[in-house]
Amino acid sequence: MIPAAFDYYRAKSIQEAFFAKQQAGADAKWIAGGHSLLPMMKLRLATPPALIDINEIDGLSGIRLQADGLVIGALTHHAEIAHSEEVVRTWPLLAQAAGLIGDRQVRNRGTIGGNLAHADPASDLPAVALALEATLVAEGPSGRREIPASEFFVGPMTTALSDDELLTQVRFPVPSGKVGSFYCKYPHPASGYAVVGVAAVAQLGPDGKFQAVRVGVTGVGMWAYRAETTEKELVGKLPTQENIASAAQHAVDETDVSQDLFASEQYRTHLAALYTVKALQAAVQAIQ
Amino acid sequence: MPTLFGTPVRRKEDPRLITGHGNYTDDIRLPDLLYAAILRSPYAHARIRSIDVGKARALPGVVAVFTGADIAGKVAPIPTGWIVPEADQKLPPHPALAQEKVRYVGDGVAMVVAESRAVAEDALEQIEADYEPLTPVVDAEQAIAPSAPLVHEDVPNNVVLHWQAGSDVATAQQAFASAEVAVHRRFKNQRLVPNAMEPRASVAQYNPGSGELTLWTTSQNPHIVRLLLSGVIGVPEQKLRVVAPDVGGGFGSKIPFYPEEALVSFAAMQLGRPVKWTETRSENFLATTHGRDQIQDVVLYGTKDGKIVGVEANILANMGAYLSTAAPGVPTILFGLILPGAYAIPHVRIDVKGVLTNTTPIEAYRGAGRPEATFIIERLVDEYAHEIDMDPVEVRRKNFIPADAFPYNTSTGLTYDSGNYELTLRKALDAVDYTQLRQRQEKLRKQGHLIGIGTCSYVEICGLGPSKVAGAVGFQGGLWESAIVRVHPSGKVNVYVGVSPHGQGEETTFAQIVADTVGVPIEDVSIVHGDTAAIPMGWGTYGSRTTPVGGSALALAAQKVADKAKRLAAHLLEASPDDVVMQDGLFQVKGVPQAQATFQQVALAAYTAWDLPEGEEPGLEASSFYDPPNFVYPFGTHLCVVEIDRETGNVHILRYVAVDDCGRVINPMIVEGQVHGGIVQGIGQALWEGAVYDDQGQLLSGSMMDYALPKASFFPRFEVYRTETPAPFNPLGVKGIGETGTIASTPTVVNAVLDALRPLGIEDLEMPLTPQRIWQALQQHGGDRS
Repeated sequence: MIPAAFDYYRAKSIQEAFFAKQQAGADAKWIAGGHSLLPMMKLRLATPPALIDINEIDGLSGIRLQADGLVIGALTHHAEIAHSEEVVRTWPLLAQAAGLIGDRQVRNRGTIGGNLAHADPASDLPAVALALEATLVAEGPSGRREIPASEFFVGPMTTALSDDELLTQVRFPVPSGKVGSFYCKYPHPASGYAVVGVAAVAQLGPDGKFQAVRVGVTGVGMWAYRAETTEKELVGKLPTQENIASAAQHAVDETDVSQDLFASEQYRTHLAALYTVKALQAAVQAIQ
Repeated sequence: MPTLFGTPVRRKEDPRLITGHGNYTDDIRLPDLLYAAILRSPYAHARIRSIDVGKARALPGVVAVFTGADIAGKVAPIPTGWIVPEADQKLPPHPALAQEKVRYVGDGVAMVVAESRAVAEDALEQIEADYEPLTPVVDAEQAIAPSAPLVHEDVPNNVVLHWQAGSDVATAQQAFASAEVAVHRRFKNQRLVPNAMEPRASVAQYNPGSGELTLWTTSQNPHIVRLLLSGVIGVPEQKLRVVAPDVGGGFGSKIPFYPEEALVSFAAMQLGRPVKWTETRSENFLATTHGRDQIQDVVLYGTKDGKIVGVEANILANMGAYLSTAAPGVPTILFGLILPGAYAIPHVRIDVKGVLTNTTPIEAYRGAGRPEATFIIERLVDEYAHEIDMDPVEVRRKNFIPADAFPYNTSTGLTYDSGNYELTLRKALDAVDYTQLRQRQEKLRKQGHLIGIGTCSYVEICGLGPSKVAGAVGFQGGLWESAIVRVHPSGKVNVYVGVSPHGQGEETTFAQIVADTVGVPIEDVSIVHGDTAAIPMGWGTYGSRTTPVGGSALALAAQKVADKAKRLAAHLLEASPDDVVMQDGLFQVKGVPQAQATFQQVALAAYTAWDLPEGEEPGLEASSFYDPPNFVYPFGTHLCVVEIDRETGNVHILRYVAVDDCGRVINPMIVEGQVHGGIVQGIGQALWEGAVYDDQGQLLSGSMMDYALPKASFFPRFEVYRTETPAPFNPLGVKGIGETGTIASTPTVVNAVLDALRPLGIEDLEMPLTPQRIWQALQQHGGDRS
């Protein structure tokens, strides 16, 4: 229950953070809410030699709705996202998913940046970031770069961020046209993490057919992914129950399905298809 | 003053507990305190080749490291406190730190004592323990196979006890053989992890000058700990003080005397400094006792028209790697004797093998044996009803022990004290309008809904118990209780009790009893418990005995105080005691309104002792020892309505009705709280909880991330009702209520789920009824589509 010894730095600016990281070495970890990292450290599953606390860096928190997108600072807490009017108005599924993370305490401390950078295989927000085609803004000593969500999650608890980079901002494009979205989650009764979590975005054309479909899936494989076969299957088709159900059969095509005590590969595969149907139907229904 | 007995007085303990002012064992801070951490075996079964503690000892801040070799001959093995008679019970030694062999994952191997907990945990990583892994046995059935490895070399076939009970064998066999209907089932009552909110902790302080040792520890029974600790570490009992301060739940897992209690005491004596050990949640999963874990081969015999003739049970009870303190009594006495439940069943045969395996030791867990028994009879009754095409409720009604048959002698040798079983059933059925509910179920079924209705009528044996019986069944102690009611000169009252409440609310209910009896406001009464230096001897809190036994002792002591106070008041008022009445806190002489004395005046007079009646001793206090003449037998009926989601296999509890009878009720709010908590814990077993080991003896469900304890959001509002049949054998008329919920709710919910699935041809499912398990069954029976 007590982590192995580690050094602790509190950065007041991004420059200070980078300097500390340079001093502390590649194995040092950024810490924001700490709600994923600290439990691992207490169990000594993670033993970083140093933590660099970024909570006091100005400008990394907050939600702004701009013409080109919804911009959320990496240090913004889940609770703030869940209750933000801008978020609810722009992408209700993001507020919805943020409100389903952990419990109240976790949502008050946990941050969107920490959540995405930690890339837990059963975390909710990666599915949403994928479905919304979010852009993740990373800053490092050598500058700033923008990473599309589709290139961000690259392995089990592994992202495209390099060791010295810090995730500073997440941008979500503003929807245009007839768009609806929904996040459907089957929570694990013990952990509350997603056994299956499906974020669906549906856009209908003037002909009433799917113009665009995006499905982000979490909890099913070792990292979150887009159910691209399902998406492709639906574009150009009417949003009927049949079409959706048939396409959802491909919900796990892009991953190796995990299994654990709660859900076998078979049951999880079934749930993934089922929740893809539910999320897509709800997304279609949400179209104004 | 209005009578407090029967009113929902708010819990006196809550302000301190919910504002963070509780004082738990881990809150104890002492000067020069050292911190202990335990190295635990990563293997379920292995020979210890060597343990090198050199590096750990060299770590700055480490004060000492002890291994099994270091304590051999100094710390005696951890004893078992229950030796079941005529059961060929073996007593395999349980060293506080493993000697030569480790026997389960979590078995203690070494203890580090350091200046800080952080250093102690760092040092654990520096200990080099070399093991020769041996083949483990995990499953009780595999453990008794002839070729199975032995957990203890001197326990052949791993059978640590073999107990048989019931009615006459020959007559029973004959009745079984000639029965019209026989319903065979094989149930697995799965292993559970108690998970008290507060993990275990112990702090020991030794005074080398006086030779006195104090142990603060998370216990349900500090006097039992003192007695056993004295034998294990060789400190005489009069120099031992054991304190259970605030204890955050136990559910049976804090009954046992644990190795760590001996180890911190030993270390404190060796080092001359106080030593604290606090368990982590991960350790709690491995090294604190588990509950249940039985394989049950059972048969119910009956007639075609619904009369139960007999029950037969062949049980394999997994005991884990060592026999925990009260463990042998759980799958035997506390289980077998109650097997007939609420029914007049003439023939019962029970055969129990207690089996050692390379798993965490088993102990009592809320209900302890009675849930396992009630599950059998209540599941079988439902299956039997189905077999003979009768409503399960009808079968129950037909077989109930009638209300006019009490006291009733069961075929297992118990005497049920009082009851009206049918009344609780009727009340539960009325609450849901049962006939209409069944019609609605039919209609909804036709629409494709999987709706199930389950009931369970139970009887519990609790209020443990008469000491004579304790002796006869092999419990190595008494089961009476004692209390001291001490009025102070200012008229305020302390009550010292031997029972050890740890969440059950007796600081309130006991104060209600004393306030009523003595005639003081409840604010003037404080209950003292848990500290052997302050309280009289007692056997602790478990088996729903605290109020029926401890409360009775207390009521008797309070009455003695009230009687003496009245005699003193009469003397002060120059009247005969017969003419003095106590009203609204005032002693008054009948017919002489101006002749009054307050309780405070009387208390002060008792202590100044300037003018006492002839022959009266000074002071105002009394003690009482109470040994109950019988157990108490609460009972009731629970009913539950579920709907199963065909797509996910999820069980939705639509309604839950509980009708319980615990005799007279002191505080209905606390009773309801106990009922709610019990229901939730029992449904936890039915639907979500289960300790899962792999075949190497690794606990796969070893954290709160995997082991699903129920959450409030999983449940509907509970509809809680009561009937009140006073207990005839104790002065308060009370029975226990702490365990009824876990006893009743598990079979209630399983019966409801199977009632929902029965039309599909699904007859049984193993607990926990997880969504996956139900979904798989639905798939196999074509029920995943409506």
